[in-house]
Amino acid sequence: MAEKKDYKVVGTRPIRHDGVDKVTGRALYGADFQTVGLLHGKVLRSPHAHARIKSIDTSRAEAHPGVRAVVTAKDFPAVEDKIADLGEGAANVKDLQDNVLAGDKALYKGHQVAAVAAIDPHTAEEALELIDVEYEVLPPVIKVLDAMKEDAPLLHEDMHTDEMGEKSEKPSNIAAHFQHKQGDPEKGYAEADVVVEQEYTTETVHQGYIEPHNATALYNPDGQLTIWCSTQGAFAVRGQVSEILQIPVSKVKVVPMEIGGGFGGKINVYIKPIAAMLSMKTGKPVKVLMSRADVFEGTGPTPGSYVRVKMGATNDGRITAAEAYLAFEAGAYPGSPVGAAAFCVFSPYKVENGTVDGYDVVVNKPKTAAYRAPGATNAAFAAETVIDEICEKIGMDPLEFRILNSATEGDIRIDGPPAPRVGFIETVEAAKDHPHYSAPLEGENVGRGVASGYWPNFGMKSSVSINVTGDGTISLVEGSTDIGGTRASIAMQAAEVLGIPAESVTPTVADTDSVGYTDVTGGSRTAFATGYAAYEAAQDVKQQMIERAAKLWEVDPEEVQFADGVFSSVNGKEQEIDFKGLAERLDETGGPVVGRGTADPNQPGPSIGLHVVDVEVDPDTGKIDILRYTATQDAGKAVHPSYVEGQIQGGAVQGIGWALNEEYIYNEKGEMTNASFLDYRIPTCLDLPMIDAVIVEVPNPGHPFGVRGVGETPIIAPPAAIANAVYRATGVRLKELPMSPGRVLKAMGKI
Amino acid sequence: MRAFEYVPAKTVAEATSLLAEKGDQAKPLAGGTDLIVMVRENRRQLERMVDIKDLPEANVLSYSPDTGLELGAAVPCHEIYADDAVSAAYPGLIDAAKIIGGTAIQGRASVGGNLCNASPAADTIPPLIVLGAICVIAGPNGSTREVPAEQFCTAPGQTVLENGELLVSFKIPPPPKNSSSFYLRFIPRNEMDIAVVGAGASVILDDSKTSIVSARIGLAAVAPTPLLAEEAGASLAGKEISDEAIDAAAEAAQAIASPISDMRGTAEQRTHLVGVLTRRALNGAIQRVKEA
Repeated sequence: MAEKKDYKVVGTRPIRHDGVDKVTGRALYGADFQTVGLLHGKVLRSPHAHARIKSIDTSRAEAHPGVRAVVTAKDFPAVEDKIADLGEGAANVKDLQDNVLAGDKALYKGHQVAAVAAIDPHTAEEALELIDVEYEVLPPVIKVLDAMKEDAPLLHEDMHTDEMGEKSEKPSNIAAHFQHKQGDPEKGYAEADVVVEQEYTTETVHQGYIEPHNATALYNPDGQLTIWCSTQGAFAVRGQVSEILQIPVSKVKVVPMEIGGGFGGKINVYIKPIAAMLSMKTGKPVKVLMSRADVFEGTGPTPGSYVRVKMGATNDGRITAAEAYLAFEAGAYPGSPVGAAAFCVFSPYKVENGTVDGYDVVVNKPKTAAYRAPGATNAAFAAETVIDEICEKIGMDPLEFRILNSATEGDIRIDGPPAPRVGFIETVEAAKDHPHYSAPLEGENVGRGVASGYWPNFGMKSSVSINVTGDGTISLVEGSTDIGGTRASIAMQAAEVLGIPAESVTPTVADTDSVGYTDVTGGSRTAFATGYAAYEAAQDVKQQMIERAAKLWEVDPEEVQFADGVFSSVNGKEQEIDFKGLAERLDETGGPVVGRGTADPNQPGPSIGLHVVDVEVDPDTGKIDILRYTATQDAGKAVHPSYVEGQIQGGAVQGIGWALNEEYIYNEKGEMTNASFLDYRIPTCLDLPMIDAVIVEVPNPGHPFGVRGVGETPIIAPPAAIANAVYRATGVRLKELPMSPGRVLKAMGKI
Repeated sequence: MRAFEYVPAKTVAEATSLLAEKGDQAKPLAGGTDLIVMVRENRRQLERMVDIKDLPEANVLSYSPDTGLELGAAVPCHEIYADDAVSAAYPGLIDAAKIIGGTAIQGRASVGGNLCNASPAADTIPPLIVLGAICVIAGPNGSTREVPAEQFCTAPGQTVLENGELLVSFKIPPPPKNSSSFYLRFIPRNEMDIAVVGAGASVILDDSKTSIVSARIGLAAVAPTPLLAEEAGASLAGKEISDEAIDAAAEAAQAIASPISDMRGTAEQRTHLVGVLTRRALNGAIQRVKEA
């Protein structure tokens, strides 16, 4: 079990290994990829939110000069109706195919319908206009509660609700309903002095990564397919493409290029199988790039939702019962993050009596994908504002309420398992002790709010190999896409074990043929689990180096010890050699040293944070300004504190965007009307104060250095914290996200 | 995007004939910050772009306190707000020039292009209207005509320009004594947005700076074209400066707004904001006179 202690490398702030490449613009991204004989692919997308595809005639496009191939869903191989494991989530293979190229129906505007490969992008674009698709336009259903109605238009006529394992008789847009329950909620409410119940809605929100999706595929006559692309998981791409195109995984090699952000949205594949199909038809490399509008309309955002939370508490501030009703939009195919939302909704707290109901509902929107703590933000917006209302009613400081109701290790959760150790109280105390919380609020129309966010984190599988170089450095080969500085944090864990500086590690993110299986960069797992694999690989190197020192000194390996980067013999001969010195002598002691490490850790250790925000609301325009923001978070052990702070700040900013203005806006035809960064309003740097990130360290017992994943937790609290602050500034509780100026004016009764 | 022809014009006459040849398939190109984007996104298809950035008449930026401002249609925003005399004389126009896009866009985007794009939400049009700007238009065969800014736009994306006509420059009268101007817009963020509502005001005060001699109010994003709120402005003439007078003008401005609901705001939100922003624009302009 890890204890709080000081390390030589872990916990320091070296310059990241990929930094120079990125700040000088030399890092190679997927769109930069070039090769000989490259063709360019373009994708035809459905203009309708819901339509039956009666026919597709590609003959005019195929005859267009410069066009080399056209593909549609007819070009897919037949697949079984089966669930494939894809790392952070599983999916039905038929649904995966159907999402890549629509079969019988187009289920959202932007749904991919056909694709063209041509000698240049403009020719391909011209050819798209020559594909004749006959649609029978159907009424769309966009909002979760509308889709749940008995008479709602059905997306999948053969889909029945999975009701706790039983299939419903009638077809429905509700893919699944589940319930967790413990204790006796009615008894709990009877014991309560105050009961608050409120309804909340949130809209569809996109991850908003800067780099659009891209893929270049080359299918060789020997049956070997190579894909160069931006992805959060090269092995996840390999797995999906292999399932969708029915090619053995051993015949698919995925080369991950640098990634310009993902946040969960670059796990699912869209154009990668299309590039592969076009290459299979033409025998040439084919490159497909998305535009920003393609990204908004055709890739997975995080769902809109309806959430109802009820909570009872005594006047002295003890939660007696709680329940949550969570209805989530899955998009066009089942698989919303409602399960994670149900897990997280009351996670920070000890709730002895409670129920949680979850509904997974299909609507005519793109199939949702992961987005930073998927589901948890929607749930916390509801639960954390209900708690604020209870605190107001009983006159208790919201931080004291959290300390009083904090779940402790071993408390049984509503969904069954015991709560693991996490520094909830520690993050609340850190916020309480921070000068922000006691600073006076000055001026009119200002208010301060707080909220917590909890995420369980994931473990999953990682592989690392380490090659010792003759100059005393190591090259570290890993399979985790580096989104947030994980090359550095993984390298640092190996350096710590080997007693060498972080700069003596050269980390490389390898392709799927060059490193052992590694799950996606997601679930806040990379610094934790790939770091764990690096730790294991470094231990392997250390042991082999001990054997080399023993050989050099002609002693038993048991007589060699290693401490502070120095190998020494313990047989009284006072022989010493440091890592570099020994590395220089590998040739005379048996040749190369290669260390291997794999990890599949089962104790990722949750992460939790407490956010404090001050806002000012313009009562005439309804605009919310964020004046001050402090975010505390339990990082277990911050391997590279700068990148932990960066994750906390980035997550908070995305949560602020979700709170204030980000949303998919639909017209009555089910068309998104704001598919650009102009009208999909992510906060700019002029909309934000400096986010003060406060790292709290309660070591994770499941990791040798106590590391907890940190990437996802910070997005969860901001909407609730801001809504609570807006209430204090205006006297009005906002129950809809985003809290855009028009909604604020309406809630204030100004319009 | 389809291939198109790019032709830089050397004279106004050449530009108008190049435009006339292609009818609605030709457009003048100044900064291109709207036109190039529209063509690239297939929102508009063109056979020819006529670059007017080499035309001396479209690049003039000349101010004198006696004759006012002559502003070429292709002059980019940053050149306008970098000119101290122009900035001091027409602060309302500068308010708008400084908030169009970001710094890089302001290096290319022109006021003339902003007007010709004829967006209902264009930031520079309300200031042009309240400052009494006159649009100088060259036609084929050497003809010219002049149109007040408030009459230039006829519908979203549509203007008074006939086939072969080119907006060459603006004439803006010199600011009268005790006058100033102000423009502001409401956007949900602090940057990078298009106006949900925009409001511009110009005022002339008496020598004691306690009464309004005359006022003009211009509105954006609340009708198919930017509007001159004539009655709202006229209601202030001869009035002592007071919250009541300004509220009344704001209400009169609200009365002529006919906004739509779209992804930038609802009709009711926009109507409400017309009142808020008209008050703020008038107070802003009055404050500037008082501080001068």
